[in-house]
Amino acid sequence: MARILVVDDSASMRQMVAFTLKGAGHEVVETSDGVEALASAKSGSFDLVITDVNMPNMDGITLTRELRALPNYRFTPILTLTTESSNEKKMAGKQAGATGWLVKPFNPDQLLATAKKVLG
Amino acid sequence: MSIDMSQFHEAFFDESFEGLEIMESELLTLDVGAGDAEIINTIFRAAHSIKGGAGTFGFMNVSEFTHVMETLLDEMRDGSRDVTQFAVDSLLESIDVLRTMLESARDNTEVDEEMVAARYAVLNGILKGEQGDSSVKEVEAPSLAEASTEKPVGAGWEISFIPHTNLLMAGNDPVRMFRALSELGELRATVDYSNLQPFNELVPEDLYLSWLLTLTGDILQADIEEVFEWVEDDCDLTITPLAANVQSEPLVVIESEPETIEPVQVSAVTSVKEQVSENSVADNASVNKKPATKPKKATESASIRVGIDKVDEIINLVGELVITQSMLDQVGEDLEANAEVASSGAECGSQKTNADILLRLSKGLAQLERNTRELQDGVMRIRMLPISFVFSRMPRLVHDLSSKLNKKIELLVSGEETELDKTVMENIGDPLVHLVRNALDHGVETPDIRLAAGKAEVGTLSLNAYHQGGNVIIEIKDDGAGINKAKVRAKAIEKGIISETDHLTDDEINHLIFAPGFSTADVVSDVSGRGVGMDVVKTSINKLGGRVVVESEEGKGSVFTIRLPLTLAILDGQLVTVGSESYVIPLIAIIESLQIDRAQINAVAGKAEVYKLRDEYIPIIRARAVFGLEDNKADLHESLMVIVEVDGAPVGIIVDDLQGQQQVVIKSLETNYRKVETMSGATILGDGTVALIWDVNGMVNVHKKKLNNGVIKA
Repeated sequence: MARILVVDDSASMRQMVAFTLKGAGHEVVETSDGVEALASAKSGSFDLVITDVNMPNMDGITLTRELRALPNYRFTPILTLTTESSNEKKMAGKQAGATGWLVKPFNPDQLLATAKKVLG
Repeated sequence: MSIDMSQFHEAFFDESFEGLEIMESELLTLDVGAGDAEIINTIFRAAHSIKGGAGTFGFMNVSEFTHVMETLLDEMRDGSRDVTQFAVDSLLESIDVLRTMLESARDNTEVDEEMVAARYAVLNGILKGEQGDSSVKEVEAPSLAEASTEKPVGAGWEISFIPHTNLLMAGNDPVRMFRALSELGELRATVDYSNLQPFNELVPEDLYLSWLLTLTGDILQADIEEVFEWVEDDCDLTITPLAANVQSEPLVVIESEPETIEPVQVSAVTSVKEQVSENSVADNASVNKKPATKPKKATESASIRVGIDKVDEIINLVGELVITQSMLDQVGEDLEANAEVASSGAECGSQKTNADILLRLSKGLAQLERNTRELQDGVMRIRMLPISFVFSRMPRLVHDLSSKLNKKIELLVSGEETELDKTVMENIGDPLVHLVRNALDHGVETPDIRLAAGKAEVGTLSLNAYHQGGNVIIEIKDDGAGINKAKVRAKAIEKGIISETDHLTDDEINHLIFAPGFSTADVVSDVSGRGVGMDVVKTSINKLGGRVVVESEEGKGSVFTIRLPLTLAILDGQLVTVGSESYVIPLIAIIESLQIDRAQINAVAGKAEVYKLRDEYIPIIRARAVFGLEDNKADLHESLMVIVEVDGAPVGIIVDDLQGQQQVVIKSLETNYRKVETMSGATILGDGTVALIWDVNGMVNVHKKKLNNGVIKA
C-alpha cells in the first residue's frame, strides 16, 4: 500500500484515478491544481505523485519542477497524465523531472499497471 | 480489476458543460487579431480537459470533435494562426455542437450526425487542409497497429542496459524495471561495476552500474521497450534477439492477418442482410439506422455540487444543536428529580429551584430556536447557486443578437455571485433570456437612430442581481427607446384588452405588455417574437412565486425588475383569518395592510367596489365572496384590508382578521390534492392545522369571473 497524491483539475478524472487506486488498497490524497498539490506535498509525504499536465494556477510541469526542488521529493516517482501522444509533452515532463507518463485516454487497468511500475 | 466507469460520468458531464461555458465566455472576450494568449490558453485548457475526459470515459465522438477544435486553438495559442472573427464564431458554433453531443451522450440519445459532419467540415476548412478530415481519426491508429503487428519472437532477448549516471534523479529505479522484466519471462542479469568510483569520490545519487540482461520466453520487443520507455533518453539501450533462436518468418504472420479479419466482416454483413430479409424489411437504408433513442439509464438522479464550506457549516450547526439538546436534557432531568423529591415530600439542600430550571429552560429554547433557524438557513444554502449560472448565457446571446440585429450593445453584468435556489434558477433562465431578447430587439435602437436621438452609438444593457429582504431581485435595464405608450394603448384597444374609454396611468399602460393575448405583431421580429409573449414570461415568474414589474420612460429606456423568493420550499407569510379558517398570504405580494375607512369606499356603476387609497383608487376584493362564504360585514366598516400587488397594480383584499407573520414550509396542493385556482399551496401551522397559501393572482381572477357571472354583485 502506498500514499499517492493525485492532481487533476477535472473532477471526473480525479475521481476515477482515486477510486481505482483506492480499490487497489492505496491511500489517496486528491488535489485540483499544482498549487494545492504543492501544499499537500509539503505538509505530508507521498510514495507517488500522479499529475495532470494542463491545469489552472500551476500546471503539472511546473509542479514536477517544484517538487523536485524539495528535498523529500528528489526521488519520489512522479507520473504525468498527458493527452498528447506526441513526444513534446512527455519530454517536457521528463525534463522537469517526471519519472514517466501515462497517455490519456487510459483505463483503470492501465493506470494500476503504470503505478505498479514505479511502486515496485 | 473492472470498474464501472459510468459512476464518473455525472462528474464528467458537469465539468464538461462548465468547461463549455468557460470556453464560450472567454471566446466572447477574445479580441480579433492577435488574441490574448492567456485567454486562448484558458479556452484551450477547457477543450483539452473535455477531450481527455471524453476519451477516458468512452465518448470517442466527443473526444475526436474536441480534438479538431483544440488543434485550431493550439495554432492560435502558439501564434501561428491569427484570431479571426470567422474562427471565433465558428468555435462558438462548434461549442453548441459539442454541447449537443455531450447532451446526447448523457441522455443516451442519437446525435445529429449531419450537423456534426458539417461542423467538422467548417473547422477542417479553417485548418486549411493542413489537417484533413481523415487524419483526425488516424491519430491513435498507428500505435495500435504497431503493437499488433509485432509478434512474439521465440526464445528471448539480450538487453544491454547502460544507464547514464543521472537515471535515478527522476525517480526511476533499475530494480523495479528488472522486476517488471522478470514478469515477462525468465531474467538473468549480469552487472558491470567497472565504472564504480572510488568510495571517497562516490556521489550517492549517481548510478555507476550497467547491466547485460538475458530474458527468455515468448516476449514482444514492444513489451520490453515499454519497460524502458521512460528512461530511453537516460540510458544506452540495445535489445537484440537471442541469436540461436531467431525465427525469421514474420512476413507470413503479417500476411495472414487481413485474411482472418475479412471473413468476420463479411459474415457480419451477411448476417445483417439475412436478418433484414427474414424480417422482410423492404427499405435497405433502415439497416444502417440505429434506433433513435436508446432506453434511458434507470438510475438517474438530479444532483448538485455543494461547496465544502457549506457542508462544514451545517456539520458545525448540527454540533451546536446536539449541545442544545443535551442542555435541554439536563433541564428535563432536573425537573424530574424535583418532581420525585416533591412527591416523596423530602427536602434536599442541593436541590435546584424550579425558577432556576425554568430560566435554563427558556434559555435552552431560545438557543434551540436560533439553532433551528441557522440550520434551516444552512440547509437552504445547499440548494443555492450563484446566478452567474444563468447570467453566463447572456454574453453569447447579446453577441449573437446584436450582430443579427445590426445593433451595437454593451452588456454590463453585476451581482453574478448573488445566490438563488436551484429550482428557481432552472426556471428563471428562459424568462430572463426572453426579457434580454426583448430589450435588445424592441428596446435598444440601431446606431443611426441612437445617434439621431443624441445618444451614444453603443446601447447599454445591464443585468443586475442582488438580495433584498429575503428576496432576490433581478434587474434588466436598457437605455433604449422605452415603451411606446401610445402604440401599446392602441394595440390593447385593438385586441380588446382595454376599452377606448378606460383611463389608464402610464404605469398601467406599461404593464399591458404582460397581458395575455397582447402581441405587438407589427413590431415583432424573428428575434423575440417566437410565439412566447411577455405574458408567458410573467406567468413563469408568478409560478415561481415571484413578480415582474416594468418601469419605462420613452426615449430613455426601460427597467424590468423581477422579484423572486430565495427558495421554493419556505415562504415568508402573513397569516390571516377568513371565516373559520387561517390562510397564508405570501409576504412578497403584500404592500401594506390597513383598517378600512368607510368614507373612502366607492362602488363604481356596473363594476366592483373601489377604495380611495391616498390619491389612487384600488379595487376591493372580498375574500369571503371569493370563497363563497356569507358576508359578515356588508358595509365593510372598520374591516381589515390587505393590499397586494397584482400585475403591478395594488388590489385590496378584505379579510376577517390579521394574525402574525411567520415562515411556512410549502407543501404542494397539486401532488397531495389537486390544483385550486385561488391557492398556490398549503402548509402546516405550529398547532398542526393545515393552512392554505393564497395565490393572489388567482384570487383576482376568480373574483373577476364571479363578478362577470353576476355571482358577486357590485
